[in-house]
Amino acid sequence: MKLSLGPVLFFWDRDILMQFYADMAEQPLDIIYMGETVCSKRRSLSLDDWLGLARDMQQQSQAQVVLSGLTLVEAASELSSLKRMCGNGEFLVEANDMSAVHYLSQQNVPFVGGPALNIYNGQTLAEFIKCGMTRWSPPVECSAQIISAALKQLDELGVARPEVEVFAYGHLPLAYSARCFTARSENRPKDDCDLCCIKYEEGIPLLSQEGQALFTINGIQTMSAEINNLLADFPSLQAAGTDIARLSPRAQGMSEIITAWDSVRQGHLPPLAVQGCNGYWHGRPGMVSVEEVGLC
Amino acid sequence: MQLVCPAGSLPALKAAVRQGADAVYVGFRDDTNARHFAGLNLDDKQLESGVAFAHQHNKHVYIAVNTYAQPEGWSRWQRAVDQAADLGVNALIAADLGVLAYATKHHPQLNLHLSVQGSATNAAALAFYQERYNIKRAVLPRVLSLAQVKHVASQSPVPIEVFAFGSLCIMAEGRCHLSSYLTGESPNLCGVCSPAKAVRWSNEDGELTSRLNEVLIDRYSEGESAGYPTLCKGRFMVNGQRFHALEEPTSLDTMDLIPELAKIGVSAVKIEGRQRSPAYVEQVTRVWRAALDSHRQAPEQYKVEPIWRQTLAGLSEGSQTTLGAYHRAWQ
Repeated sequence: MKLSLGPVLFFWDRDILMQFYADMAEQPLDIIYMGETVCSKRRSLSLDDWLGLARDMQQQSQAQVVLSGLTLVEAASELSSLKRMCGNGEFLVEANDMSAVHYLSQQNVPFVGGPALNIYNGQTLAEFIKCGMTRWSPPVECSAQIISAALKQLDELGVARPEVEVFAYGHLPLAYSARCFTARSENRPKDDCDLCCIKYEEGIPLLSQEGQALFTINGIQTMSAEINNLLADFPSLQAAGTDIARLSPRAQGMSEIITAWDSVRQGHLPPLAVQGCNGYWHGRPGMVSVEEVGLC
Repeated sequence: MQLVCPAGSLPALKAAVRQGADAVYVGFRDDTNARHFAGLNLDDKQLESGVAFAHQHNKHVYIAVNTYAQPEGWSRWQRAVDQAADLGVNALIAADLGVLAYATKHHPQLNLHLSVQGSATNAAALAFYQERYNIKRAVLPRVLSLAQVKHVASQSPVPIEVFAFGSLCIMAEGRCHLSSYLTGESPNLCGVCSPAKAVRWSNEDGELTSRLNEVLIDRYSEGESAGYPTLCKGRFMVNGQRFHALEEPTSLDTMDLIPELAKIGVSAVKIEGRQRSPAYVEQVTRVWRAALDSHRQAPEQYKVEPIWRQTLAGLSEGSQTTLGAYHRAWQ
């Protein structure tokens, strides 16, 4: 199984991002996604900076570099920047909005369908494949069963399967809004947010009034509080037809996380249980932690 | 501008037609639509008679098949599209590319409207749906400001419908998994958000509490009014503060914006609320019909009558209304 590093979902400043990717270049990763997918106001790197960084990464690492597009595309400036990314001519692009699918299919270039595209069944997969999608990263709420069944449907349609990339580790991106919840938590209007999300390297925890961790506030994005971790589910990841496990960047300890995944994909036994949640994978509420029993 | 009203039952459909809706939108009684609630929606017979009733009055019926098909249930979505075509509805409202493709291929005469669940927030996304599936209209998500609606409408290859009144989704429609994270059921796949079967109300230490799959959504002291525990409308703790961290329980009301929406070239305004009672549909439709007529007759003199506002305010969630994202200046 291949390992990919998802795009950084948090807002980090330029130096931190540069250091992070310098570290990641040394890691046993097969694919590295780069680019701002959450909020276009986050500009520690411009599109040209990302392209430059992508070229450097291509030199330093064996990994395939992919540019990830914005998810909620509203303003004209966001659309034109996305159009330029889709026409970059060098790197594969991950589409996270139908506007990107439009541009990429117009140019007849292959692309990755990111987790923010609503692809849940084989008929829909076939439509996206017609548009040029060669890799499918299913919505994070998809279970192993939905993914397997969708692929089977695709087989029945006689359409060749795309690569399948499962969101296997990290805070789950769950929702996108017009409102910035980080700004709201600081009593700032979104228009005058002062880019305050840069203060929170891994978002802000949102708890119930009983102290139960529910979500993570990350600008206009709401994420899971728990880390979705499918390492203990590695055998079922393989069984479901997963080609790539996506690890979503965290502020600390990413190298150790990659090492643990690399070791399991090299043949070491997966841990029996891990911290975090894996409910979605098992067709349960996403926040739940399900322990696999009887795999050995 | 057309007035598009919701109906979760035959009496609601008739009420909407009688009060002057130009079109009524409905759903089948299963998870093929985004209001898959127990006891809601029309069975086959009711749909037939509803369509006949509306057509007798020269009004349109749209049917929503706007959830994303689950692989194992694909035949349900297929059947829903076939049935919609057989019923002779004036449009099918859909979001899933698989569903749109099936409808285009098998029922080319069926008008397709892109559902709000399709999350199309820009002209390029709309062009995609228009070019590939020949959609005739698109419903825009409630995340756009008025300036953005104007921009999208000016570039859009298809007429635009916007939400005008009713419950407010703070998240971009079609892009929210919060409900399935807590309960296992989501709008995209199951047509429900914060499903009633996961709700538990109780009295704990003298306070009324609402829980969703045992997660505390809110607690109310005596005298505080309590709302349905839609999870984004709960009070949570962020940085040590307890507040509505995501969304206040308010409703969308854009009656003030009618002149601007008309100027922008919006073709239809939509009332949310297939889950609401026939009486609700009746009152909201009557007020909105009056407002739209008043604007059409004398656009320059248009003003919101106090009685309209009073009627609507009594019906709104949390008794408060907002212009939603429409009034925002943001980019």
